[in-house]
Amino acid sequence: MMRRLRKSIAGGLAAGLLSAVALLGATGAQAAGGGPVPPSQEWSHGGVNSFLSMFKTYDRAELQRGFQIYKESCSACHGMRHLSYRNLEALGFSEEEVKAIAGQYEVAALDDAGEPITRPAIPADRFKEPFANKKAAAAANNGKAPPDLSLIVKARPHNEDYIYALLTGYVDPPEGVQVPDGSYYNAYYPGHIIAMAQPIYPDGITFADGTPATVEQQARDVTAFLAWAAEPHLETRREIGVMVILFLIFFTGVLYAAKRRLWADVH
Amino acid sequence: MAHAPTSEFKNPVINWIDQRLPVFTMLNKEYGVFPTPRNFNYFWNFGALAMVILAVMIVSGIVLAMNYTAHTAYAFDSVERIMRDVNFGWLIRYLHMNGAHMFFFVVYIHIFRGFLYGSYKTPRELLWMLGVVIFLLMMATAFMGYVLPWGQMSFWGATVITNLFSAVPVFGDEIVTLLWGGFSVDNPTLNRFFALHYLLPFVIVAVVFLHVAALHITGSNNPLGIEPKGPQDTLPFHPYYTTKDMFGMGLFLIFFAAFVFFAPNALGHPDNYIPADPLVTPALIVPEWYFLPFYAILRAVTFNIGLPFSDVILIDAKLGGVIAMFGSILIWFLMPWLDKSPVRSYKFRPIYRWWIWLLPLSFFMLLYAGAKPAEGWYVLLGQAGTVLYFLWFLALPIISRIERPLPLPASISQPVLGGGRLAATGAAAKPMEKA
Repeated sequence: MMRRLRKSIAGGLAAGLLSAVALLGATGAQAAGGGPVPPSQEWSHGGVNSFLSMFKTYDRAELQRGFQIYKESCSACHGMRHLSYRNLEALGFSEEEVKAIAGQYEVAALDDAGEPITRPAIPADRFKEPFANKKAAAAANNGKAPPDLSLIVKARPHNEDYIYALLTGYVDPPEGVQVPDGSYYNAYYPGHIIAMAQPIYPDGITFADGTPATVEQQARDVTAFLAWAAEPHLETRREIGVMVILFLIFFTGVLYAAKRRLWADVH
Repeated sequence: MAHAPTSEFKNPVINWIDQRLPVFTMLNKEYGVFPTPRNFNYFWNFGALAMVILAVMIVSGIVLAMNYTAHTAYAFDSVERIMRDVNFGWLIRYLHMNGAHMFFFVVYIHIFRGFLYGSYKTPRELLWMLGVVIFLLMMATAFMGYVLPWGQMSFWGATVITNLFSAVPVFGDEIVTLLWGGFSVDNPTLNRFFALHYLLPFVIVAVVFLHVAALHITGSNNPLGIEPKGPQDTLPFHPYYTTKDMFGMGLFLIFFAAFVFFAPNALGHPDNYIPADPLVTPALIVPEWYFLPFYAILRAVTFNIGLPFSDVILIDAKLGGVIAMFGSILIWFLMPWLDKSPVRSYKFRPIYRWWIWLLPLSFFMLLYAGAKPAEGWYVLLGQAGTVLYFLWFLALPIISRIERPLPLPASISQPVLGGGRLAATGAAAKPMEKA
């Protein structure tokens, strides 16, 4: 009887695993959707969709460097409309620092007479948009509005790996490939012809913490920042997940013991 | 006035209530002492698991609805607000999102269990057909729920699927206008999908109630597919199957939690984190994995069907695909009559025990083809899968006629192969102690 039970549990687990693999295979195949597959990178937070990174956390210094890159370069064209300045406290900035960061931006408001004015942003304000609206964004960028970056890591197949590959993927076009004016060649962009110019250069930025600003370093830092922006509760999620699963394993063990004891007189 | 038979309970409050409204008698009859075949394997856990996940979906869904805004201008942002600013909103939303995947995963196994062990055969035909109704309701609910976050795949999925109804002869365009509430997928569409997405789960609960009521009239099937011959063949549902179901639920929840907490977007499409844009079509419009096999069948019909040797088209490719897709599920209704074998379990059916595996094979072929662009050999794979799928059902009447089933065991407690060990201890099984 025990052997049969073990066999059926093993069978069940194997079936479960097989179907999970089939599922992931199918969705992975679906996610790939054609474009070149970016090489997989080691992320200090382990990636937003990784089963086996339950104990990894965001590296705060990396996120702060990433935010600096976003602020000094990406934010000229890309908004992050789902983020507020107050969210930056999660990167390790103090309340005062966040106030100071927000204060650098002027946002539209109304005065008491209902007249449009501008005022310095406060932590509760959303990140300031680079353009007044989508049309203005498109008009200023060769007809194609730069995408919002708040969710970009989750909105692309291969998540962080793709963003990193894209940022470091500006290479000379192969023989015979014509790149139209105002467009660029990228090894990892689907179709290769991308409207965004190469955004990062060696030493294009001076990091506040003195880290050497290589292209790889900058791409890695800004990608980590974008991963945090897309999945800000990643650490809480994993912390709770580890506790939930440990509890479930214990609880399932108790249930199995109870079940075996009850069934002992039947088998 | 007729007096329903009631039981005696030790607790006076329970007794008082039960004399007036015999809910405790009913609970005890249906879930306490309810005689259940003693030989269930773990396949029989999945009905209870489906019930658990239905409850999870309804509870998490109601909480989401409290924070969701069904308007094309706000829907996407309201979901992001749930993910970022609502306390544990990310957890509730990821539970609901992955819960849909789990629901289909569990229900597919539950349905396959029915195919393996002939659970659709007399006297359980209606029980089976109610199950097919539940599955159809689940598909409608899942489809409309997927539209609500108003991402790119929500919008374009809604556009593709609602457009299918335009293939209906004569009234096609009117039906589509009605579904849309206008002349394209827009705010009225989102509003009515939200209303229906909130309504249909309660319809599912009602049909699940009928499904279980029918189950409790006929009693459960079992892995041997023979009816219990007496008390020695059954166990009271509680505590035997309550504990077994609870153990299975524990294993299932571990699987579920691994997705929710560690890879919550592994099963979803990244495009749905891009806000819906009617001006930008995604490179590849694909449904979630659980619809892929049916999507592949829809796309497998790439040709018009007409009168031979003429230009008259009777069924164009689009209508043909729609008929094939709906037919692929509606054909389940006919299972009790397509399978003519008197023997239920595949174990005693020398041909069917091999034949049955072609069904999941075609399912996975179609699932794979459905995820790929409709070009090159993927089309052929989808067509081969479709032919295999329908052939599986259409050959059943022949197979079940020519098949010579193996001799059935005399009873559940004395299987031919397992020896008589079970019978010896049959009397030891005790019914549940009353409250």
